[in-house]
Amino acid sequence: MTKKEHGISFNLVSRNKLQDLTSSEKLKYIIKEVKQGRILVLEHGLTPSEQTQLIEHTMKEINHDTFIGIEMGGYEEEKMSFFQRVFGLIKKPRMTVIGPAHLLKMVHKGNDMIETMIIPGKGAK
Amino acid sequence: MGIFSRFRRGSFSNIIQRIFGKKHAKIGIYGPPNVGKTTLANRILRDWTGDIMGSVSEIPHETRRAKWKTNIKIDNGGSSLVLDLVDTPGITTKIDFKEFMNTYGLTKEESRMRAKEATEGVIESIRWLEDIDGVVLVMDATQDPFTQVNVTIIGNLEARDLPILVAANKIDAEDASPATLKSAFPQHPVIPISALTGYNTENLYGTMVKHFGKKRHKKGR
Repeated sequence: MTKKEHGISFNLVSRNKLQDLTSSEKLKYIIKEVKQGRILVLEHGLTPSEQTQLIEHTMKEINHDTFIGIEMGGYEEEKMSFFQRVFGLIKKPRMTVIGPAHLLKMVHKGNDMIETMIIPGKGAK
Repeated sequence: MGIFSRFRRGSFSNIIQRIFGKKHAKIGIYGPPNVGKTTLANRILRDWTGDIMGSVSEIPHETRRAKWKTNIKIDNGGSSLVLDLVDTPGITTKIDFKEFMNTYGLTKEESRMRAKEATEGVIESIRWLEDIDGVVLVMDATQDPFTQVNVTIIGNLEARDLPILVAANKIDAEDASPATLKSAFPQHPVIPISALTGYNTENLYGTMVKHFGKKRHKKGR
């Protein structure tokens, strides 16, 4: 559904797109999309370091009349094998959903499913 | 960072620390807003120094600047640990000034100011993560433990091999469920406490001395 049709954009972002971006580009892309009222589901989520940077960027972007922050939910990184740890390989983050806090609400996060709710009547774009 | 590169970075004091463990550690008290971080910091200081860290309130984001006290000696039988304790502002992904007005009755001006300072506090908390040796992650035992803030803090510290101790706070509340927290984070010690009443804080102190005093390797981000 597009913005012109007055629905809420819900974008699934492929692993390939994210892999082509640096951490900084990834965060800029996410903040830009979310500030425009889009909800993103990232096939390949963010590393813990990127998540903390995203929170930091979000705090800098908060404008109390137009952007109150983000809602974010994802699964922990996959466990690494002994050999991966020995050679210092980076863990692969998993799927993550991110959206503007005025539109997206986390309801429940279980082992196998993240339950969210779209908040109606809150300026959906 | 792999094992080989870690060994290249050792100074003499690091080597001694790896062999004998830590005796002095900078510990951050972290968690989402309103879980009782400052209440716990006050409890620790009162018990070991007679001092307090800061004011507490039922309104979220009461602590909006990090506060710290140095050289707090905690004894546990024959062993002890000297802490530099940092009480950090609550970390969150969203701050809506209207919540302060509508839920807690603050004026619009007060709410906007509190929200602005709270955003700065979150940034300060995140920056302190770079400069600590371990974390007491305070969680509200009456709430869902799988919040993104908890997951993010834990993931960040695990990636750097820093020790985490989960304080399952508000155990005195009727609907507290410390067992949920224990099953949620089996890889870290989870100690049920009431920072308000002091329930089980002796156990917390003993675990802090053991857990934060352990020898371990510190990774970069």
